[in-house]
Amino acid sequence: MSHSWLALIVLALAAVGCLAGRARALRSAGGDARRLHSLPSYYGANAFLATAAPALLLLAVWIPLQPIYVESRVSDLIPDAAIAEGGTRELAMADVRRIAEGLDYAVRRGAMSSDAADSLDIGGGGVRERLAEAGVALGSEPRPEILLAAQRYREISRVGDASLAAIALILAAGGLAWALARGDRRFRARIVVEKGVMTLLAGAASVAVLTTIGIVLSLIFNTWEFFALHSWTDFFFGTTWSPSFSGRGGASELGVVPLIWGTLYISLIALLVAVPIGLYAAVYLSEYAGPRARSIAKPLIEILAGIPTIVYGLFALLAVGPALVRAFGEGGALGLGWMPGGTAAMTAGLVMGIMLIPFVSSLSDDIINAVPQALRDGSLGLGATRSETIRHVVLPAALPGIVGAVLLAASRAIGETMIVVLGAGAAAKLSLNPFEAMTTVTAKIVSQLTGDADFASPEALVAFALGMTLFVITLGLNAFALYIVRKYREQYE
Amino acid sequence: MSDSATSHRQSTPFAKTSILATNARTRRRKAAEARFRLYGLIAVATGMAFLALLLVAIVSNGARGFQQTFVTLEIELREDMLDKNGARDIEDIKKVSTFGYAPLIDSGVAAVVTRLGLDAPFESEKEYRKMLSSGAAATLRNYVLENPEMIGRTVAFRLLASSRVDGYFKGRVTRESVARDKNLDAEHLDLVDRLRDAGLIEKTFNWGFVLGADASDSRAEQAGFGVSMLGSLFMMLVVLGLSLPIGVAASIYLEEFAPRNRCTDLIEVNISNLAAVPSIVFGILGLAVFIQFMHLPQSAPLVGGLVLTLMTLPTIIIATRASLKSVPPSIRDAALGVGASKMQAVFHHVLPLAAPGILTGTIIGLAQALGETAPLLLIGMVGFIASNPPETWVEGFVAPNSAMPAQIYEWAKRADPAFYERAWGGIIILLVFLVAMNMIAVLLRRRFERRW
Repeated sequence: MSHSWLALIVLALAAVGCLAGRARALRSAGGDARRLHSLPSYYGANAFLATAAPALLLLAVWIPLQPIYVESRVSDLIPDAAIAEGGTRELAMADVRRIAEGLDYAVRRGAMSSDAADSLDIGGGGVRERLAEAGVALGSEPRPEILLAAQRYREISRVGDASLAAIALILAAGGLAWALARGDRRFRARIVVEKGVMTLLAGAASVAVLTTIGIVLSLIFNTWEFFALHSWTDFFFGTTWSPSFSGRGGASELGVVPLIWGTLYISLIALLVAVPIGLYAAVYLSEYAGPRARSIAKPLIEILAGIPTIVYGLFALLAVGPALVRAFGEGGALGLGWMPGGTAAMTAGLVMGIMLIPFVSSLSDDIINAVPQALRDGSLGLGATRSETIRHVVLPAALPGIVGAVLLAASRAIGETMIVVLGAGAAAKLSLNPFEAMTTVTAKIVSQLTGDADFASPEALVAFALGMTLFVITLGLNAFALYIVRKYREQYE
Repeated sequence: MSDSATSHRQSTPFAKTSILATNARTRRRKAAEARFRLYGLIAVATGMAFLALLLVAIVSNGARGFQQTFVTLEIELREDMLDKNGARDIEDIKKVSTFGYAPLIDSGVAAVVTRLGLDAPFESEKEYRKMLSSGAAATLRNYVLENPEMIGRTVAFRLLASSRVDGYFKGRVTRESVARDKNLDAEHLDLVDRLRDAGLIEKTFNWGFVLGADASDSRAEQAGFGVSMLGSLFMMLVVLGLSLPIGVAASIYLEEFAPRNRCTDLIEVNISNLAAVPSIVFGILGLAVFIQFMHLPQSAPLVGGLVLTLMTLPTIIIATRASLKSVPPSIRDAALGVGASKMQAVFHHVLPLAAPGILTGTIIGLAQALGETAPLLLIGMVGFIASNPPETWVEGFVAPNSAMPAQIYEWAKRADPAFYERAWGGIIILLVFLVAMNMIAVLLRRRFERRW
C-alpha cells in the first residue's frame, strides 16, 4: 500500500490507542481518577506514543533508504556492455527508474493491467508505443537489459513495500498491546510520557546540528568528486575562468582567483558606502537625535533591511545601472567613457552598500548604547565637546564591537547573491576598473547549477567547490569577528 | 584652556583672556562639533533618501505593469469557417484550431476600418492580426467552445492588444523603434491612433496580471503573477507547518531542559552559525540532499519549503528563546509550587505566556522567507514557466511551480522590455505582502505584549 496510507493507518491506530489507554487506566482505578498515578490524559498519551513512535520512526528511516538498496541490487543486473554510448551507469539507472515508475503509473491509472505490465518484454516489440498508449513517454526504444532491470526494480520494490507495511503494522499493534497491558493505575505514565517528549524536544534541537552536518557532507562529497576530475591547484590558483560548454572533455579553465577578486572588490565598494553612512547615522541617532526623531528615523532605516534582495537586484539592473552609464559611460554627462555597460562592479557595490547600511547602523547603535554613561560624563566634565567625546572616548570604547559589526557586514556582502547576479554581470575578469563587469563566486554558483550541464561534469561540480569555498570564507569571517569582539571587549561593571 | 599650574612659572606676562570671549581654538572646536553633527544628519538623511529613491523607482515603474491595453471588437462568428457541418457538434468545432479563428479577427478589424471610413493601409487583411495578442484567437476559441450556440452571430469581444501596441501606449515603443521591428509597422500605429480616438482601444487595469499565469516570451501581454503567488503560498504553508513546531521544540529544550555541557554548547554554536550562512549554501544543500539524494520532484513548492524551513529555523529559535526568557521565573516557581512537573510548568504556563512573542517571531521569519530567491534558483525554479495553476492540494505541493521572487527574477532575465514592468509590478505585490505581514506582527506585538 502507499506510504501515506500506511502512515495514516498507524496514526489512526494510535488515536484509537489513546482512547483505549485512557479508558483502561480509569477502569483499573475503579472509575476514580484520584487513584491513578498520573492524570488520565497521560495514559492516553502513553498509548499514542507507544503505538505511533516506533512505526513512524521505521517509516522515516526505511522510505529514503529503500530506493538506494533496490537500485544497488538492480544495478548489478545491467552489464557494462549494455550502457549506451556516451552514457553512464547513473543515466542507465535513471532510465530504469523512469520505466519502472511509468509502468506503475500506467497500472495505477488502469491504462495497463498489472499482468500486462509484468509480462512486458522486448520480444513483443513496440514497447515504446505500448507505453505511450498507457500514457508513459520514453525518449527511445529501451534496451532489453534496461527493461528487465526495470521489471526487477518493480518486483523488489513491491516486496520491500509489503514487508515495510507488515513490520510497521506489527510494531504499531505491539506498541498498543504493551501500552494497554502495562497501563494500570500504578503505572507511572507521566514519567514515561515526559521522557518521550523530552527525546522529541532534544531531537528537534539536533535538527540544527543535522543541518550543518548535511551542508558540510553535501559540499565535501561533491567537492571531492570535482577534485577527482579537475586538479585542485588549477582551481585555487588559476587566474582564468572559462568553462567550456562543448559537452564533456572540452578544455575548461576553472580558476577561482578572478571570482574571489570580483567578490572582494564588490564587497569593498559596498563597505565603503555602508560603513561611513551607517556609522555616522548610528552615532547621530544615539547621541544627538531626540527620542521623537529617533523613533521615526530608526524604523525607516530598518525598512531598508527588510526589503528582499531581489528588489535591490532589479533596482541595480534597471535603475542604477543605466543611471551610472549615463554619467560615466561613452558619451555620458562626464564624457569619460569608463563604463562599457550597465552591469558593473560599481552598480552592484553601490546597491549592496545601500542594503548593508541598516546592518552596520543597528549593530553599531547597540554597541554605542552599551558604552556606560559614566565614560561620557567624565569626558564632558573635563570640558570636551560632544563630538570630541564621541571621537576620543565612545568610539574607541566601542571599537571592538564596531569592527565585529563591519566584519559581519563584510561576510553578508560576500555571501550575497541576487544583487550581483542581476547587477554585476557574468564576465569573470581580473580588473582594477570598478566600472567594468565583474562576477563573483555566488553568481557563478547560480549560473553553473542552472545551466544545462549534466550533473556529473566538472562544470556543474565546480559549483559545489565554489560553495565550499564560500562557506569556509564566511564561517571564518564570522568566527574571526566573534573572536575579536570577545578578546578586546571591555567588561564595564 | 591654559593650564594654571604652568602659567605661574612663566616670566613673561601673557594676554589676559576672558572666558566670555571665545578664542580661536574654541571656535575651531565648535566648528568641528557643528560639522560632525552635520555629517551625522547627512548620513541619516542619505539613508532615508535611498529608501525614498527605491520606493519611488518601484512604484513608478511598477504601476505600468498593472495596466494593459485592450481592444474592443465586434467579431462575426461565421458558421462557414467554424462549423462547416452546421450540426453544432462539439467534436467538429474542436477540430478548428486557433489558425481558423485568426481570419475572423482580421475581418473584425477590417470591418471597423470600413466603419470609421479610413483607408485600408495594408494589402492583406492578415496584417491586422499583428495589432492583437497572439493569444486573442485562443480567447475566441475558448468562448466558442463554451457557447457553441453563438456561432453565426456577431459578438463584441474585449481582446488583449499585442505587446508592441501596449508598449506604444506606455511610451516604450515609438515610431522610430517600430521602423526596425518586424512585428509592427508605422501604419499599424496610425491605425491604433484612429481606433483610440474612436474609443475602441483603451489602457485599463489588468486583473489578468494579478490573477493569471505566466506566458512565454512571445506573449508578454498575457504574463501574469497569480500562479507564482499560489506557489509561494504552498511554500509558506510548508515552512509554517515544519519550522514552527521544530523551532519551538528546539527552543524549549535549549532554554528549559538542556544541561550545560559540551553537547548543548555545540548545538548553540551551530544555531548561531546557521543564522550567518549565506542563503545560496542552503540552496546547494537543498539541491544535493532533497533533489539528488532523495529524488524529490524538482522545482516543487515542497522542496522549496523544506529549504526555506532550514533557513527560517534559526530566526524562530532566537525569537522563541527571547520570549521564553522574558517570562519571569515566578511563574515557573508558582507552577512547581502547586505540584506541576517541570514539563507541565513549561507547557501549561510558560509557553502560553510566551506565545505572542513566538507568534511575532514566526511572522517575521515567514516574511524573510517569502523574499528569498537564491535557494529557489538552485532547486530548479529558474527558467520555469508557471503556466497552469495546480488543480488539487497535493498537486499544489508536488507539481513544479514557480514562486514570487523566482518569477520576478525570471522576468528580469528576459529580453523583452515588456517583462521589466511586470517584474516591477511583481515587486509591488511582493512588497504589499511583506508590509502586511510585518504590520500584523507589529500589531500583534503591541496588542499582546505584557510588561512584567
